[in-house]
Formats: sequence, structure tokens, C-alpha cells
Amino acid sequence: MELKSNIPDGPITEKWDRHRFEMKLVNPANRRRHSVIVVGTGLAGGSAAATLGEQGYNVLCFCYHDSPRRAHSIAAQGGINAAKNYQNDGDSIWRLFYDTVKGGDFRSREANVYRLSQISVNIIDQCVAQGVPFAREYGGLLANRSFGGAQVSRTFYARGQTGQQLLLGAYQALERQIGRGQVKMFPQHEMLDLIVIDGRARGIVTRNLVTGAMEAYTADAVVLATGGYGNVFYLSTNAKKSNATAIWRAYKKGAAFANPCFTQIHPTCIPQSGEHQSKLTLMSESLRNDGRVWVPKQKGDKRAPNEIPEQDRDYYLERRYPSFGNLSPRDIASRAAKTVCDEGRGVGPGGLGVYLDFRDAIQRFGENTIRERYGNLFEMYERITDENPYKVPMRIYPAVHYTMGGLWVDYNLQTTIPGLFAGGEANFSDHGANRLGASALMQGLADGYFVLPYTLGNYIGSTKLEKIDASHPEARKALAEAQARTKRFLEIRGKRTVDSIHRELGKVMWELCGMARNAEGLRRALDLIPKLREEFWTNLNVAGSDAELNQALEKAGRVADFLELGELMVRDALHREESCGGHFREEYQTPDGEAKRDDERFAYVAAWEYAGQEKDPILNKEPLVFENVHLSQRSYK
Amino acid sequence: MRLKLVVWRQPGPTAAGRFVTYEANDVTPDMSFLEMLDMVNEDLQNRGEAPIAFDHDCREGICGSCGMMINGVAHGPMKGTATCQLHMRSFRDGDTVHIEPWRARAFPVVKDLVVDRSALDRIIASGGFVSVNTGGAQDANNILISKDQVDQAMDAAACIGCGACVAACPNASASLFTSAKLSHLALLPQGQPERFRRTLSMIDRMEEEGFGACTFHGECQEACPKEISIDNIVRMNRDYVKSTVTKREEKALAGGD
Ligand code: FES
Repeated sequence: MELKSNIPDGPITEKWDRHRFEMKLVNPANRRRHSVIVVGTGLAGGSAAATLGEQGYNVLCFCYHDSPRRAHSIAAQGGINAAKNYQNDGDSIWRLFYDTVKGGDFRSREANVYRLSQISVNIIDQCVAQGVPFAREYGGLLANRSFGGAQVSRTFYARGQTGQQLLLGAYQALERQIGRGQVKMFPQHEMLDLIVIDGRARGIVTRNLVTGAMEAYTADAVVLATGGYGNVFYLSTNAKKSNATAIWRAYKKGAAFANPCFTQIHPTCIPQSGEHQSKLTLMSESLRNDGRVWVPKQKGDKRAPNEIPEQDRDYYLERRYPSFGNLSPRDIASRAAKTVCDEGRGVGPGGLGVYLDFRDAIQRFGENTIRERYGNLFEMYERITDENPYKVPMRIYPAVHYTMGGLWVDYNLQTTIPGLFAGGEANFSDHGANRLGASALMQGLADGYFVLPYTLGNYIGSTKLEKIDASHPEARKALAEAQARTKRFLEIRGKRTVDSIHRELGKVMWELCGMARNAEGLRRALDLIPKLREEFWTNLNVAGSDAELNQALEKAGRVADFLELGELMVRDALHREESCGGHFREEYQTPDGEAKRDDERFAYVAAWEYAGQEKDPILNKEPLVFENVHLSQRSYK
Repeated sequence: MRLKLVVWRQPGPTAAGRFVTYEANDVTPDMSFLEMLDMVNEDLQNRGEAPIAFDHDCREGICGSCGMMINGVAHGPMKGTATCQLHMRSFRDGDTVHIEPWRARAFPVVKDLVVDRSALDRIIASGGFVSVNTGGAQDANNILISKDQVDQAMDAAACIGCGACVAACPNASASLFTSAKLSHLALLPQGQPERFRRTLSMIDRMEEEGFGACTFHGECQEACPKEISIDNIVRMNRDYVKSTVTKREEKALAGGD
């Protein structure tokens, strides 16, 4: 497989402008004759579908929720970055670009990240024009706050519901196009396979989750904006339905999967309370602006937090990283929490927690200001834990949150299958080995509003596509295969529920391919996962039929794919003999416990190619060249 | 603790439904309500029975997927809390809990506790947006908006579209939902140019979808997990009157119908 990144020539600051000029346009009058399938209606998919509709393309848009407004982008709390420099604190497009490449531990593609930083400013303009109620100062200007991994205030926010407000903006734009008939919306439809004809992506197979009907849909191009795969771990901050099926099916049809092992563990989540736990809840990283993270200095200190005097507390982030302190990037803050818990200094049940304390901020600014800033997060915390964070420090622990890996895409966001594009968290994206806070929303909207609508036009305008429809033999074949697969789940008639197997997979992944990894553990995982897959295919129990709403059946399909993807993640983690960003290999660390990169051997994107059932996947490498950002050991000290 | 659950089971949209009683043993206070149902569903499946279908996704009270009548109250006993954020510490050992889907003509039951809320999307499609295309927007700071104003708009924009307001309303009206969206946009300068058109078309659509009329019972704001206020309905009604007047004037200017 050849990986052509298609990065335009010229200086990095001019690449995107030049490329936009050079790309082919489709005559507006002809656009309605071209159709595009968009799968997923989160920030990337919703904004892409709306914009393509505005441009006049015939858009078919699919989501598995009952409404496009429910995609998981809605749950993002903290904010969205943009290099507006409204605060006059030294921010610039170049600085956002630099911070993002460095924050990603030098495992992302410079040209893409630069474009992202450039576009960030347009996103804010666009969203405000739509009526997104971003926070304001008394003078009426937009407010900003700072976020992990940055020393400037460039994060725009709408209370603790930024994702919701941005998604509603995109959703409203999408509904407008649905109302105009430009976009045909298919809610409650889950994509189960990709249709590839003559080497090009030409459609998808879906299952109507209400009636069970399975159908093939065709178009000139397909966009996957189906989110990340953090639910491989069973417990994560992802919504319960979030899954990898769309991108995994694409992988099995020939799209390379990049850096699957790059997983982000978010440092501030509410700790697990018991075996019944179904998901983990994030507490926005913005809390670290005012909250101080600490654990007792002494192992096994059982005193209540308020009884532990100042001199017996270890504010370990401030101690270890004096210049970034509590605002250290996510991977670093998570690992530091793990370290103190491993030392036996963790707090709460099982010693798996650290304090996030607002005492000092409340003293300094008063309870009202803190309520104003984080009121809804504090309430959410109290609802879940029954503890009042205005009085007692929060307990937090890291949890799986985001996956930087995903489908490999070139500069145009096209995968290795021509005509198949991927946006948002579904692609391997711009975050390298670690994503900075408030950058996911930025990337989703950049891809959807400003990149895909151009690059898709270029593809459609420069490709001769034969007319086809769902009766094409390849479409019929893909449909028949998906139907047979769905039936198989029902025919196993074993003893175990989908959830019980999913939980077990999650444990394996968390213990052996989670916050810290080593070769021995990863090899063990490579042994355990195929066994679990075997268990799944011989002992699964799914009740009901495939001709109705059947939530267990839906889950079975998703978990079947997680059981394969998990193995690829482990393989990738094992092959990458270095530590970088969220990928921490215990064998590769500096004497003071920081990640040790190996740029000589691993400054590349690992793009895995499917080689067939029971065959090892093939590793392809896209070398990463850094011409603008100086490769250095990341330091937040 | 142990609970008795009386749950509405309905195999499909046209099938007849009925209440079925289940035991939920081993419930702990720190479980969420949906985790309690997960547990019951695991048991049911292990016994070879079909699990109870209910909609949910984020389990953080933000996506608006979840929602059921719990002992006759939309989203259950805790104020300002969606079903997924309700925890079992709100119940006592030995309690009987009745669980039903949202009941409204405009929300047909799909299965068990799952209903079809697509009517709400159609209300938005009829005008719940600002008509701007992507690209070409002016610099964001060129529009000044006072903090108070944006805070009020945000209070309305916090709606998660769960449909609890409809389920709680004796008339099954969608006025709180519709007025929240209208207010969000009516309170901002960006929403002004289309303000009255938007009001008219969304209200018309709401009626066409079969939602009932608002008679100010106020049950909706009690049930709303985001505590959205019925003041929004007052604002909507005011705008509606203005819009019909403007429309009449426009028509007169144009020479009648
Ligand atoms: S599951 Fe998302 S609001 Fe309850």
C-alpha cells in the first residue's frame, strides 16, 4: 500500500490557500446531480452534511440516534480553542500550531495542524453567526479561559456545555437543509458495511434499528464522521452507543488504520464506584484552572481531606511541573495520578483517586464566582457522588476519553480508499499521540465546515464516476454479507450476554493496554483477546429477532468489532517501542519517569492494512517530517 | 436493597402493551437508575427473556436520549435531573417503582419504554435556526452581546430535547421545548431578522405534529431536567401575537391574500 499524504507544496503558511485555489470546483448547477453520503451527525458529520447541502449537493445523512442532535459531541464540556488572540496575551496561529504539534508529542502531520490552527478563527465567527451563546465579558466581547497544555487564554466556552451548544449550531444548520430538502436524513440507521466498487467507496449498508430492515445506499462519495473507539475499554467517558463499527468495516474493506494504540486517558473523571458501573463521567479539565490536585504525603493517610494540614499534602503537579502546574497536559496529569496511586497514596475506595480541591479558589474569589464558572459541573458531581465539592474536595481519577488513532487520511481527509473520507475523531487526525484540551471540537468543526466541503468537491470534480444504484452486484453482495452476519449473532444461542463479554474485553484492555503498557503485558493481551473472541462467537446469547428494535443485537455487532480492533491496538502498542503522548511504554522512560520518545526509529504514522481473516495485518509507515517545529523533548517543568 | 418494578412492556408500535412485574435485588444506592435497569436486563437475558428496551446514550444528562415516567413523574423524583443522572439513593428498600414510556399522541411508542420523538426535529427544521451559510461570517467580536443577555439565551439553549415537558403536560404540549429554542434565538441579535417568521412557522408546525395547546399548568418546568422556565412560553406567546399582526400588515401592504 502506498501512503500518499498529498501535502501541497510551498511554505506551510500558504499551503492551504494555494491548495484551495488549485482544487477543482464543481459547477453549482451540476452539484445536485452529485450525491454524498455522510455517516454520523456529531460536530464533524453534522457540519459537513449541512455545508454540503448549502453548496447544493444531494446529501444522504445517517445516524443511529433517534435525532441527529444526540451525537456524542454534545457531551463535550470545556471549550473550543481558536487563535483569535482576543486576550492580547501573545497567542497567534503559529503558537496554536506549535502548541498542538508539541502537545501531540511530535506524532502529527505539520501541514494538517497548521491548517487546523488557521481555520480555528473562522469557526468561532461561523458559530457566533449561527447564534451559539458563547460566554461574554461585561463589555459584550467574547470571554476566554485557559486550558491544559497552553499558557495563553484561547478557549471559547458556553458554560460547561460547549459541545452541546456547538452541536446544536451544526444541528440547526443541518435541520435547515433537511427542511429545504437538500439533505435527506436517516435517523435510527446504523452503518454496517462499506460498499466499494472498482476500488472506490460508493455506498454503505445500513440497518434500520426500529424495523430491522437492511438496505444498501449508493452515492458518489462517502464521509465517515462516526467518532472514536474509546468504548473498546468498556468503561470510558464515551456515550454508551459510541462504537467503531463504521471505521472498522472500512478498515476491512481496505482503508488503513493509523496509530490505533494512541488513546487519551483523561485525568479528571469521577472514580468508578462499583462493578455495576456502566460508564465513567468526565469532569471538565477547565476545573484545573481553579482546582488544585493533591494527595496525602503519607501512604495510607486515612484522615478526612479537610483534616489534612497543608504540610501533609503533596500538590504533586505543582511540585513536578512548576511552570504548568495543575494545567499540565492530559497525558502527563493522568500518569502522575497513576504514579501517586501506585505508591499507595491514592484516596477514596480502593485508593484509586486523587483530590481536586477548590478550597483556595473559593477563599480567593468567593463561592459565587466559582459557582458561576463551574456550577453545573459541581451539581453533576454531587448528583453522582452525593458529596458537595464546595465543602469537600472532589475525588477524581483518569479514564479513557478520546482516541487519537483512527482511519489514516491524507491532507484532503481522504482515506486509502478513493472516495472515502473521514472527519473528526474517526480519522487519525491532527492530535498526534496526545490531544490538547478543547481541540477536539475545533478539529471536528474544521473538518466539517471548512475542509471536507472543499476536498469532496475536488474529488467529485476531478473523478469520472459511473452511474450506479443499489442493484449493483457489489452493493447486493455487501448487503447479503451484512445480513448473514447479523443473523449469526442470533444463531449462536450460547450462555453469555454481550455486556459480560464486553466488560471482560474492557478489563484486558485497561490492564494491559491502558495508561502504562509493557511488552510482556501486551503479549499476554495478544493471547487473551483471540480467546475472548472465540468465546463470543461460540457462547453469545442474543434474545429476540433481527426484525425489530433489538438493542442487544446492536451491541453484539459493535462488540464483535471491538474484539478485533482491540487486538490491532495491542499490536500497534507492542510494535511502538517508545513512549510518546498517551502511549506510555514502561520500558521507555527517562530516569524521572517521563515519556522517552525515539525519533530515530518512530517518527512515523503507523498505518495498518487489513490482510484478510486470520492473517497478520501489514504495517505501512508514513514518515513525519518536521520543518517548522523543532523536535525536542516535551517539557512542562 | 430490593425493589419491585412494574414496567410497561410493548413489543412493537402496533402491538398491545401491558405492565409486567420484576424483582430488582442487589440494588445499591450508588447505582444510577439506568444501571439498575442494566442489572435487571442482564438477569432477564440470563433467563432467556428479552431485555427491557429503553433509550439512553451519554448517561450524563446532556444528550436527551433517556427519559421515562417513574412513579408517574417524568425523569423521576429528583428535580432538575434526567433519568440517567438519577441515583438509587432516591429510593428505599422495598419500594415499588412504576416505569412507563412518555405518553403523548405526538410520541408513538416504538417498543417498551422507547418512543419516537422525531416530531421535535421537524419543529426545528421548520425554522429553528439562523439562516446563515458556512463561510463569510464577520469577526465574532463585531457582534456585542451583554453578559446578561447571553446568560438568558444560554438558559433557554440548555434544552436537551428529551421530551419530558411533553410527557409531563396534561395536554401533551411541546410549548416549553419550542419556546426554549425560540427564546434562545430571540434573545440574541443574530436571531432578530427571522424572529417573527420563525415564531410563526415553528408554532404552526408544533400544532400540525399533534401536540396539545398550552394552558399554563406549569408541569413542564417542574419536569425539565434543565429547569427551563415557562417564562419562555410567555415570550413565545407575545412574539406570536406580534408575528400575526406583522403578517397581517405585510399582507395588507402587498394587497391582501
Ligand atoms: S442518556 Fe443522555 S441525557 Fe440521559
